[in-house]
Amino acid sequence: MSVRTEVAVIGGGPAGLSAAWVASSLGAKVLLIDENPSLGGQLIKQTHMFFGSKIHYCGVRGIDIARILEDLARDSGVQIIVDSTVIGLYDTMTLGVLKEEEFVEVEAKKVIVAAGATEKMLAFPNNDLPGVYGAGAVQTLMNVYGVRPGRRVLMVGSGNIGLIVSYQLLQAGVEVAAVLEAVPSIGGYWVHAAKIKRCGVEILVSHSIKEAIGEECVQGAVIVKLDENWTYIPGTERQIDCDTICIAVGLSPLSEVLHQSGCELTHLPELGGWVAVHDSNMETTREGIYVAGDASGIEEACTAMLEGRIAGSHAALSLHPSRKEKANRIAEEARLELAAFRAGPFGEMAITGKRKMSEYVQ
Amino acid sequence: MIEKTGRPTERELKKVTPSDERLCSGGCAILECFQKIPCDPCVEACPRGAIRIEGNINNLPVLDSRKCNGCGLCVSKCPGIAIFVVNKNYSEEEGLVMIPYEFLPLPQKGEIVEGLDRTGQKICDARVVKVLNRRAQDRTAIISLAVPKRCVMEVRNIRLTSH
Repeated sequence: MSVRTEVAVIGGGPAGLSAAWVASSLGAKVLLIDENPSLGGQLIKQTHMFFGSKIHYCGVRGIDIARILEDLARDSGVQIIVDSTVIGLYDTMTLGVLKEEEFVEVEAKKVIVAAGATEKMLAFPNNDLPGVYGAGAVQTLMNVYGVRPGRRVLMVGSGNIGLIVSYQLLQAGVEVAAVLEAVPSIGGYWVHAAKIKRCGVEILVSHSIKEAIGEECVQGAVIVKLDENWTYIPGTERQIDCDTICIAVGLSPLSEVLHQSGCELTHLPELGGWVAVHDSNMETTREGIYVAGDASGIEEACTAMLEGRIAGSHAALSLHPSRKEKANRIAEEARLELAAFRAGPFGEMAITGKRKMSEYVQ
Repeated sequence: MIEKTGRPTERELKKVTPSDERLCSGGCAILECFQKIPCDPCVEACPRGAIRIEGNINNLPVLDSRKCNGCGLCVSKCPGIAIFVVNKNYSEEEGLVMIPYEFLPLPQKGEIVEGLDRTGQKICDARVVKVLNRRAQDRTAIISLAVPKRCVMEVRNIRLTSH
């Protein structure tokens, strides 16, 4: 089977939905492809209220933002196929899509890759025991399927994901044994840390997991204090009783399809690892292929939505120049919002990463 | 020290605490927000314009305690669950604390629950005076607690004794 469209969007998370909606509202024929059964990407697991300002749906819970964005995309005429995986992006701007058992060819004029990210893993003895999870899996089990992952969880990582998932575990009636952080200070927002602290959860900075304990499954963990060079301090080992270990130590952009299609990649630790080189319109080194959201550098759902708007408007602009004024206005507004959002200390990494990116482009 | 433990120090708290005089003259919001993050729903939540963020969205919110009447509308709107309302003079022996609460089951009006401090330790019994969970609060309930006066600046969470 073969399908033709003007703009193909890979990924139906906050970036992809925003890109598809904007491109479609600017007159482009848009097809959005997502591998999951429901749209929203990581938003469908986010039960907390979002930060940001009104344009980023602040104060609204992630689960509800997913619904808002899906409605915007559908109402603007975006065609959507779910349960479908993009397995290749070829020279002729043709996507290979596996829809259940069927192979579908999608011919597009522009492609926006908003594939999201993948979780980083941590190396420690017995990290392959059942009961060691990534934070994303824990959230999926709890918040999508209503399944408690365990009875007592050790959280490794105090970034926003580690802190938020700890809070959600408490809400689900699961004990949190402790939250470990290798760095000497909490990585995520202090308000998230304060929320779990006043539930009695200990947050241990300059600590890491040394090994998981158990034969058939996780029965505990040994944690250890770290010195300023991130090395174990002998004699500070402590055994923690837990049946689940949740790893929340960061994300890497999902760049496979971009790499395979011949887009140039560069390694920028500030953006989470290998990322497709892109300009301020989110266009990669291959003309007509765009990247947005975590796939363009690890950040937030809010920045993903804004980057999606920029990519969507630029992709549509070259196809439908008559809407130039509106397209430029949308992109300009999104750029201003991005700059405002990143102006605080939490935006420094992204700003540094994106600056290195623009230096690289030049 | 909040960056190391998750609990703000007395010094950090002092910066965001309205005057004793204000807290004794009726309910007033306390914004336990100590870090520059991109967030501003509290500003719009206040119908009296008592909360302001100057310039960039990452700046800290500032409360004008003279304009605040302790209505609590901001309490369920803060994505950080970091706003509380305190009235130090609720009765002869008790102060009133309004806390945001996102756990089930919700306590019942009149129920005695454990009053927890910012580290989750029980410091007193707390009497539930009111439970607000309107649609506009979007599942962040507001629990009003009568607590001994000495605990009014410390109680920031509860544990239901029946669980």
